Amino acid sequence: MPRTHITTVINGDETEFLTEDGTSLLNALRDEVGLTGAKEGCGTGDCGACSILVDDRVTCSCLMFAPEADGTTILTVEGLADSGDLHPLQQCFLEGAALQCGICTPGFLMAAKALLDKNPDPTETEIRYALAGNLCRCTGYDKIIRAVQEAALEMRGK
Amino acid sequence: MAVTEENPGYKWVGTRPIRPDGLEKVTGKARFGADLVLPGMLYGKVVRSPHAHARILSIDTSAAESMEGVKAVITGDDFPDLAANGAHPSDVDVANNTIARDKVLYEGHVVAAVAAITREQAEAAAKAVEVTYEVLPHVLTVDEAMADDAPLLHEGMITKGVDPAPEEPSNIASKILHERGDLEQGFGEADAVVEREFTTKPVHQGYIEPHAAVADSNSDGRANIWCSSQGHFQMRAYTATVLGVSPGTLKVTAAEIGGGFGGKTVIYLEPLAVRPSQRAGRPVKLVMDRDEVFRATGPTSGTRIKVKMGVSKDGKITAAEVWMAYEAGAFAGSPVGAAGMTAIACYDIPNFVVEGYDVVCNKPRVAAYRAPGAPMAAFAVESVLDELARNIEMYAIDIRLANAAVEGTQAAYGPKFPRIGFVETLEAIKDHPNYTTELGPNQGRGVAAGFWFNAGMMSSATVHVNENGTATVVTGSPDIGGSRQSMALMAAEELGIPYESIKPVVADTETVGFNDVTGGSRVTLATGAAVVDACRLIVEDLRARAAKTWDVELDQVEWVDGQAQHVEGAQPPLSLNDLAAKSGRTGGPISANASLNSRGVGAGFSTQLCDVEVDPETGVTRIVRYLTAQDAGRAISPDYVEGQMQGGVVQGIGWALNEEYIHDTEGVMENPSFLDYRMPVASDLPMIDCSIVEVPNPAHPYGVRGVGEVGIVPPMAAVGNAIHDAVNVRMTELPMSPVKVLEALNAHDE
Amino acid sequence: MAQVHFSAGLRELTEGLAQVEVDASTVRGLITALDEMFPGVGDRLSEASSVAIDGEIFTDAEYEPVSENSEVHFLDIFQGG
Ligand code: FES
Ligand code: FES
Repeated sequence: MPRTHITTVINGDETEFLTEDGTSLLNALRDEVGLTGAKEGCGTGDCGACSILVDDRVTCSCLMFAPEADGTTILTVEGLADSGDLHPLQQCFLEGAALQCGICTPGFLMAAKALLDKNPDPTETEIRYALAGNLCRCTGYDKIIRAVQEAALEMRGK
Repeated sequence: MAVTEENPGYKWVGTRPIRPDGLEKVTGKARFGADLVLPGMLYGKVVRSPHAHARILSIDTSAAESMEGVKAVITGDDFPDLAANGAHPSDVDVANNTIARDKVLYEGHVVAAVAAITREQAEAAAKAVEVTYEVLPHVLTVDEAMADDAPLLHEGMITKGVDPAPEEPSNIASKILHERGDLEQGFGEADAVVEREFTTKPVHQGYIEPHAAVADSNSDGRANIWCSSQGHFQMRAYTATVLGVSPGTLKVTAAEIGGGFGGKTVIYLEPLAVRPSQRAGRPVKLVMDRDEVFRATGPTSGTRIKVKMGVSKDGKITAAEVWMAYEAGAFAGSPVGAAGMTAIACYDIPNFVVEGYDVVCNKPRVAAYRAPGAPMAAFAVESVLDELARNIEMYAIDIRLANAAVEGTQAAYGPKFPRIGFVETLEAIKDHPNYTTELGPNQGRGVAAGFWFNAGMMSSATVHVNENGTATVVTGSPDIGGSRQSMALMAAEELGIPYESIKPVVADTETVGFNDVTGGSRVTLATGAAVVDACRLIVEDLRARAAKTWDVELDQVEWVDGQAQHVEGAQPPLSLNDLAAKSGRTGGPISANASLNSRGVGAGFSTQLCDVEVDPETGVTRIVRYLTAQDAGRAISPDYVEGQMQGGVVQGIGWALNEEYIHDTEGVMENPSFLDYRMPVASDLPMIDCSIVEVPNPAHPYGVRGVGEVGIVPPMAAVGNAIHDAVNVRMTELPMSPVKVLEALNAHDE
Repeated sequence: MAQVHFSAGLRELTEGLAQVEVDASTVRGLITALDEMFPGVGDRLSEASSVAIDGEIFTDAEYEPVSENSEVHFLDIFQGG
């Protein structure tokens, strides 16, 4: 199988990798780049566990072919903390117990970041709709929504 | 928060610090089952039956074996024939569910597995395995399976629990029966009697992480396994059985687990990774995709349940008659036993008969799902009780209070209850503002209650004091919902050192003593008790070392706030830090082990209050408000107690309104994706209000009861009762989807 | 003598009796004694995963002590999630 050479910026670093045409960006990130923070919950775009930001847009990486990532700027959960300082969302998820098993957490963090970047003061309903593409089976969402509200508050305060 | 007994001055227990494993999980570092990559690792792929019931005539693996990159292809013949070896029937079932031998019993049943260098090569090879089947007639529901001339799944299945034993085989694996008093007399005393029939569909645990396993075999016959599981000791035992090896040859490490809810207490992939790894001499990784998770891993039973109950005018239940049939899927073992014991366990009922049947059918083998068996029975019983309350014009909470089981009540399943907190959960609901909040148009309010035993079982823990006075707490219970935090909190409390000084670890099967599965809401109770025991041994040891240091008798030394103190203050205190630093002089490193088979399980009760709004045009039910009150015994870690309560409720809401397995007439699952099997998302829900009730379990050092399961028992009835309150139709079929609600509304109007 | 109770499902093995009195100091002794009274019942009871002794539920109760006035219930198998 011919492999395509891809150049991207991932979590701030220029990153190159080889991939086959049919490989999903999720598998390329996990297998080729070694970033396993994004998870596969379904592989069909229905759970959001694989959510990452591609050119600042929240994207299901399981639905995107790896070659499409050429020339893009990607942020995964591994790049969310700023050289060791947790992003307010990460801090609020921790303090608010917004995770149980934690498999959905990377996806929720990325989707919530995309929301707060666009809308720094969302209502509860806006948060619920913005995160409706992310499944969590453990928490019942209550503490996740509260953590995002808390992070929004904190980020506005800065 | 409702607290019925004050926290007796605990410093750590009952607080809400950040969980020990949290940082790795919010930064993407935590390693789950599918995240592991080993040098030279192969990718596996499983071949599954497209038929619900068929005889395997032949399997031709030659084409697959000759494909590029393929290193191993295995079938059922590559495993020992346990039935022929006279193994225990339940072990034979585990093996035959892992990989079929001569018959496939459901669509998705494994028939072969391959391992190849790349994922793509493995997928191609799996497609190239040629299986020839003779398709057999199938049965999909309890009705079909129990019909007189139903095709049989297992030729030798004679119903257990029937006297005299039937001569003919059937699809009924067993019958259970509980009875007390005189049913006829009981119904004679009733002023109102309601009889209804309910059906529920199989639903899946829906954990977001698919099953995953990596196996690495060595030429000496030993193998290392990493897997996503609720109990790696159990996985080791099952895997050894299926492979026909001694458990000691397998070392199993529990990866971080992405949800289980009971569904990861059984094996699917582990032997199918080990065998090709042995063949190829390389590590093999197997990860299911979502479609496989739905088609081949344990949903919980679909059921048919009939309930007849009577009450007197003053609200006393005089009689209850419950008949239920639970789908087991392809092998015996539905949770009908627990269903029979829990169905009416909330109430003190003088006359009853509870009869249940465990029925096999051509669907995936059911696996445990949160309070296995109890939710469906509660849906039926709590719906009928709601109707009875209406008939005698009594409030739903009050009819439950009038019959509630209390300490000393003889449970329907036999023994008398010790101290329990059911009444307190009912009162917590009544005391909450939601109980009196005004409802809008098309809105309704429903109440329902639930019971779960909780479990104890076996646990081990080791505590090491490090040289700087911090401690490592090692257990073998996979942490599925924050249990490492509970362990650390209890250890901090016992040792008197800060929570942050404790590092809780979940160790592999070779590093800590045996632990039963993380399930049955047992970990905080039983593994917690082992941790407490080990910490107490450490404290004893520390006192002795302080006594030695001071040259005084042991009884002159107390352990207070993390330091040894002389009872008369004759010596300056010695902190854990001081003692640890000088441990070499007082007898060497400080550590202790404790193992136990837990005693003192404390039953759990939950009462829930649900407000819905039903759109009469579309039949769509929206949850407006939701309150859950649950007796935790003692909430060691209130954040994660609430998390369990909220998570259980929302799974129950999904079960109530959307979730179901849909099969076509050929027995093929039609909705094996999250798109078509629709679980609740954030925008479907309000906040889930929690009222933690604390009626301490007298038999546990901290009063713990266990909280993981009972929360899923009441929601289906709470939602159904609320729908009835809103639009005056009684829903008797799950899920209460818009179509069914509309049908009911239309039938009602006619 | 300990009071031993059988769920209705087990009574097929106990000649229909719901309750018997047995002299034993452990659950194992009790099962042995019951097996003498009702041949075959021992295997079934050993398979039943749980035993309640005075309201407390045990798994693997074989060696648990049973006292003079204990109430013992053999329970159907159930599993946690
Ligand atoms: S894995 Fe991409 S949406 Fe589920
Ligand atoms: S925390 Fe487990 S799926 Fe969200």
